[in-house]
Amino acid sequence: MLSGLLYPTSGEISVLGFEPSRRQSAYLRQITMVMGNRNQLQWDLPALDSYELLRAIYRLHPEDFRKTRDEFIELLDLGELVRKPVRNLSLGERMKVETAAALLHRPTVLFLDEPTIGLDVTMQKRIRSFVAEYNQRYGATVLLTSHYMADVQALCKRVIVIHHGRILFDGELSALATRFGAEKTIGVTLKEGTPDLSAYGEVVGSEDGKVSLKVSRADAPEVATRLLRDLPVADLTIEDPPIEDVIESVFADASAAVAAEAAEAAEATRAGAAR
Amino acid sequence: MSAETSIAGPRPTPSPAPPRLVHPIRGLFDVYVVEARIAIAQQIQYRAANYLYMLGMVAEPVIYLVVWSTVAQQQGGSVGGYTVGQLAAYYIVWTLVRNINIVFTPYGWEWRIRQGQLSAQLLRPLFPIVEDLGFFLGWKPVVILLWLPIAAFLALVFQPVLSPTPAAIGVFFLSLLGAYLIRSLNQTSVGLITFWTTRVGPVFELYIAAELLLSGRLVPLSLMPDWVQRLADVLPFRWTFGFPIEALVGNLSNEQLLRGLGMQLFWIVVGAIVVRVVWRFAIRRYSAVSG
Repeated sequence: MLSGLLYPTSGEISVLGFEPSRRQSAYLRQITMVMGNRNQLQWDLPALDSYELLRAIYRLHPEDFRKTRDEFIELLDLGELVRKPVRNLSLGERMKVETAAALLHRPTVLFLDEPTIGLDVTMQKRIRSFVAEYNQRYGATVLLTSHYMADVQALCKRVIVIHHGRILFDGELSALATRFGAEKTIGVTLKEGTPDLSAYGEVVGSEDGKVSLKVSRADAPEVATRLLRDLPVADLTIEDPPIEDVIESVFADASAAVAAEAAEAAEATRAGAAR
Repeated sequence: MSAETSIAGPRPTPSPAPPRLVHPIRGLFDVYVVEARIAIAQQIQYRAANYLYMLGMVAEPVIYLVVWSTVAQQQGGSVGGYTVGQLAAYYIVWTLVRNINIVFTPYGWEWRIRQGQLSAQLLRPLFPIVEDLGFFLGWKPVVILLWLPIAAFLALVFQPVLSPTPAAIGVFFLSLLGAYLIRSLNQTSVGLITFWTTRVGPVFELYIAAELLLSGRLVPLSLMPDWVQRLADVLPFRWTFGFPIEALVGNLSNEQLLRGLGMQLFWIVVGAIVVRVVWRFAIRRYSAVSG
């Protein structure tokens, strides 16, 4: 809807001062949308031909276009890839040339929808670092929609969690963990032996001499102090829970709240019917 | 959706100057040139398949030609004002007109809309139909090159008779462009129905049936009853098939040639308006995003 692809049934949206659903050229020239697995390149031809078509469609000055294109080819290491027919590229390679294609007109707002879906870890990193580099070079606003928390952690400072059309959280990524991550994980490695540490918290793992304890956020400093005082600690780390767990607890809270609201509403209806 | 929600975050660095743009007219010209280049490159990649497709397409007019030539011979050498040689000319020119008339079909629109393939085009600052027009126009030089040997072979076998004036030849080439534009706009309008129905097949088959009977594609319109000819006159189909062919082989007067071009212009304008208006409402129904 923000990109203008879907027409809103009600309400208003403004992006860069434009109403997206009107899809004015001046607006479309300033945005882009990268969707994982989407193919906007000519399947049978080298990507360079599709890039040329995009130059024409976006009315880019040839000199500026060449400069941007060559810059992206270098940043994403596309040298040979853009000369092969797109059908001969692997998914990861295709995603790289697709991403470059989507940014050739140097948009100021990027909508990224699962941009790394189906890619191997190396390629995911490459795409993320390219987006981050683009963001730094051109000062673009990047709006990422993803179920891959690694994408979110690598690219996002600000996170908005939406559940059934309602905003559950809007703030810094670190604040999300503080607000919804009720627990912390303390990792302890002792100089010798691996005694039972269940008196300090819930033992959630033990590997290579490192014991992981889950404790409440509030108790974490005190537990850490006790561990350091009582035991011959070689190493100790205090970590927020994985972002996936935090998000899960956000949705769990929301579902509980919705269930409570529904129960209240049902109770009110029953009371009304009894009168 | 909340009107108060703003998601524009702070930008990390001031953005450098945006890229320069070329003049809109030059931009449009560039689109047609690049689309044509891409179309030609694709055509050349699949040249064998394309040639077989074209050869298959020749079967249709050859059947019509053999049938009507036989009828003409049995009726003393002519039928509906066409001699056997003129019928041969009609159907050989038909093969060129048919190839020029290949446009993006409603089935293509159905695929785009249902599969979400339209999303990429909707995000670009160019009306998708302009891209289609450019791409299919780009095919035409290759099509004409491939058609020439087929036409030469058919001419050798069927001995066509035609004696067009220079004006008729000029109008013929202009009318090919007109026919291409009318048929593109018509088929786009039919294709846009997919936004409401998700399947366009039955409507398109109806369109093709009407085109076969009312365009001069199946038989020259002069062979049809008077009322069919009058009906064909006020519908767009005739101006995409019958008129371009008759312009070259039908010995039309200058007045008839000009009227034909005028009718083509009329249907181009009507088609463009219909597409524009239907598009405005249709696009609000777009719901497929992936692809």
